[in-house]
Amino acid sequence: MTFLAVEGLTVRIRRGPWLLRGVSLAVAAGEARGLVGESGAGKSMIGKAILGILPRAAEVVSGRILLDGTDLLRLSDRDRRARIGRLCALIPQDPLTALNPARRIGPQITDRLTDILGWDRARAQARAAELLAEVQIADPPRVLKSYPHELSGGMRQRVLIAAAFAAEPKLIVADEPTTALDVTVQREVLRLIAGMQARHGTALLFVTHDLGVVSKVCRRLSVLYAGKVVEDTDVRAFFRTPGHPYSAALLAATPKYTDPDSSLRPVPSAVIDAVRAEVAAWDAAHG
Amino acid sequence: MMFARRLAFRLATTAVTLVGVAVIVFVVIRVVPGNPIAMMLPPGATEADIARLRALYGFDRSIAEQFLIWAGGVLQGDFGTSITARRPVLELVLGRLPATLELATLALCIAVVLGGSLALAGARWRETRTEAAVDVTNGIGLSVPDFLWGLILILLFGVVWPLFPISGRIAPALAREFATNFYLAEAILRLRLDLLGALLAHMLLPALALALPLAAIIAQLLKQSLKETMHLDYVTLARTKGFAEGRVIRAEALPNAVLPTLTLVGVQFTFLIGGTVIIERLFSYEGLGNLAIDAVINRDLPLIQGIVIVFAGLFTLINLGVDMLYAALNPRLRRG
Amino acid sequence: MADAAEGRGAVRRRAGLRLWLSGGWLAALAAAALLAPWIAPHDPLAQDLFAGRLPPAWQAGADPAYLLGTDSLGRDVLSRVLHGARVALFVALVAGTLTALIGAALGLLAGFYRGWVDVAISRLVDIWMAFPPVLFAILLIAVLGTGLASIIVAIVVIDWTRFARVVRAEAMAQGAMDYVASARVAGMGRLRTLATEILPNCLPTIGVLLTLEMGIAVIVEAILSFVNLSISTDAPTWGGMIAEGRLSIHQAWWVLVFPLVALFLTVLAFGQLGEGLKDRFDPVLR
Repeated sequence: MTFLAVEGLTVRIRRGPWLLRGVSLAVAAGEARGLVGESGAGKSMIGKAILGILPRAAEVVSGRILLDGTDLLRLSDRDRRARIGRLCALIPQDPLTALNPARRIGPQITDRLTDILGWDRARAQARAAELLAEVQIADPPRVLKSYPHELSGGMRQRVLIAAAFAAEPKLIVADEPTTALDVTVQREVLRLIAGMQARHGTALLFVTHDLGVVSKVCRRLSVLYAGKVVEDTDVRAFFRTPGHPYSAALLAATPKYTDPDSSLRPVPSAVIDAVRAEVAAWDAAHG
Repeated sequence: MMFARRLAFRLATTAVTLVGVAVIVFVVIRVVPGNPIAMMLPPGATEADIARLRALYGFDRSIAEQFLIWAGGVLQGDFGTSITARRPVLELVLGRLPATLELATLALCIAVVLGGSLALAGARWRETRTEAAVDVTNGIGLSVPDFLWGLILILLFGVVWPLFPISGRIAPALAREFATNFYLAEAILRLRLDLLGALLAHMLLPALALALPLAAIIAQLLKQSLKETMHLDYVTLARTKGFAEGRVIRAEALPNAVLPTLTLVGVQFTFLIGGTVIIERLFSYEGLGNLAIDAVINRDLPLIQGIVIVFAGLFTLINLGVDMLYAALNPRLRRG
Repeated sequence: MADAAEGRGAVRRRAGLRLWLSGGWLAALAAAALLAPWIAPHDPLAQDLFAGRLPPAWQAGADPAYLLGTDSLGRDVLSRVLHGARVALFVALVAGTLTALIGAALGLLAGFYRGWVDVAISRLVDIWMAFPPVLFAILLIAVLGTGLASIIVAIVVIDWTRFARVVRAEAMAQGAMDYVASARVAGMGRLRTLATEILPNCLPTIGVLLTLEMGIAVIVEAILSFVNLSISTDAPTWGGMIAEGRLSIHQAWWVLVFPLVALFLTVLAFGQLGEGLKDRFDPVLR
């Protein structure tokens, strides 16, 4: 059953360039979907649009964002905020800037539980300690009383993952959650996200530029180019036979560690030109 | 550990500054021409009378000697004797200090509440007419000094629309009700709302005159740093949790935006205290500043010295306090 | 964005208007101050005890010869305000310029030569900042005696730090620029580098600070004459008039209001002129 459906979402900078050109995308309940594309393709914008945190300069021109059947764009600000807060969560990109340096870790995990869902403090505290244990942080009571600067980058990302799962959301948007981490930590964090997603049965929209990362976490995959979804497929099928020429080129350009000759092969210019022509046609049609 | 070291270092520099201030005041008063003794004597006093008085107040010794004697006395709590009032300087100063401290504290509270609310409103409704209005208000607050605010308030609320008394600290009949010189604190602690009301009516205008420029500075700085904080990732993350914009600003942005504002507010608060000198005069408020102007007009050297040292001490103590508060509020300095 | 462009245009127009209004007021005031002996309808010192506390000309019981009324001694308020402008602007000009010269010179030396010169000047600035400025000014007047010269000295002594701090930072920043290094490599002497390369680049900053300082000088002079420590007691000063008006505020509001309006507009004009110049010319303070 589809939990999130984005239909024809078109976003632009106010009186400026297009960011998303009619994106359609669906995530089923409990499904882990990757959203890949080069930087600038607009993949982070989709996540921001879903969570209602688009930058002020951006405006939604058309489209629908159906969350559990309700179009978020038709709700009032207050209702949208409440619905997103109850059903969704974000695992942010940079663990160093995503925790408030002036607040202790504990309240940053439990504030949604106590202040929005109305849990009592003791229950929320117990839940936070449980979650920290689940993301394999040693000595949860001590960490709950710590400030962010007392934790390492990897630990902070685990805290953010725990916080994302705290209110048992139905959908988690992970926005390049491993890009800022070093490679060894990256692998652990990926395993953690995949494990928690499976255990909690949460739908996951995993935004990344790294095809290798997607294959470790996701079953389904959407490929974004220039603000449009160009392919929607199963991850294993994608790696065997990519459908869209751009996807094929992207896959070919991903370095394979077993074949030194294949590394750093650029996307062929004919493919780029073809996609650019498509984009130009879309822009011309939309003024 | 870090906190204690910081405190010790700050205490040491504070002591050095105070000694520097004491030396400068002492020298300035004595080097420049002018003979306070001559002013105290009736016409026709003899040379012998002058010499006796000079000896009494120690003016017949060298400056260095005079300073050491005075400094030795100060360390034992003896600031000398006022020439005009013929009472110990310390007694006079301590009698007036509470009035000034209460006025400055009230002004600070008004400035923080007013400036803070303006900043929060400007940040909450940023890039709208509300923010523009806040900016205009700040501009006016910044370009008019406290002396002028005092006069404007006297005209508006003392004369045109006479809502408040424009001179004194409290009606003399009510002053007898107090056991200490901390009228405001006493009225609050004894829950005497009648006295509290009378005090606040007298203090509101002078406190407001002192507070307005500081409120404008707080509003400007705090709004600026709130707006810078609003773009950060942890604020965005809090929005996805379902919190309303107002709560996001108060709980996430404010604790971080307060720190850079605090340092500057400390310096500005010392300016506010300096401003009490003229504002007390303007509102005939019986505080230290008013006493200081009388002392200067009467060339009462021991009293002037005592008052300037007390003011300088207040200044440095406030800077010290702000520094410690900064350390206490900053989690990076609080532990580790 | 079109909105932002329009917004910027509006801001610039408003800034231009601000410069024109404040400059216009100050120019008019300067003209009035220069011509005061000729345009003032009465001798500002002439007392007429039978014409005490006459209201302004448009009120009942007024004498049309006294346009803005008279004070308790029967002196003409308009003439005293005009002559008061002479004192205010003279102090602003002389005290402001002297403060700028001394403060900027010390700041340039500290910022350009660094080392012990910088340490000595910076320490001095720190100690200076521990004094309450108004109290310091009153103390200085008390020991120097009253008079115009004392007021000017007091303002210079309490406010030179304002220039020294900003100019020092500016000179340091300029000293680190490549063009200074290349001038030195080309064989230019230190003092000449300071005079021909650093100073001209600090001038916009100094100009803005000078404008703001003049406003401060006007207010300090008013405060000193308010507490009766300016020039002689009956000489026409805005602060002195305000002090007298404060005492008779319930009987004769005009004695307080007119000098207050003049003082308010002048302080505001210097402040707005400084802010306007800052926005327009000074990349450092902006």
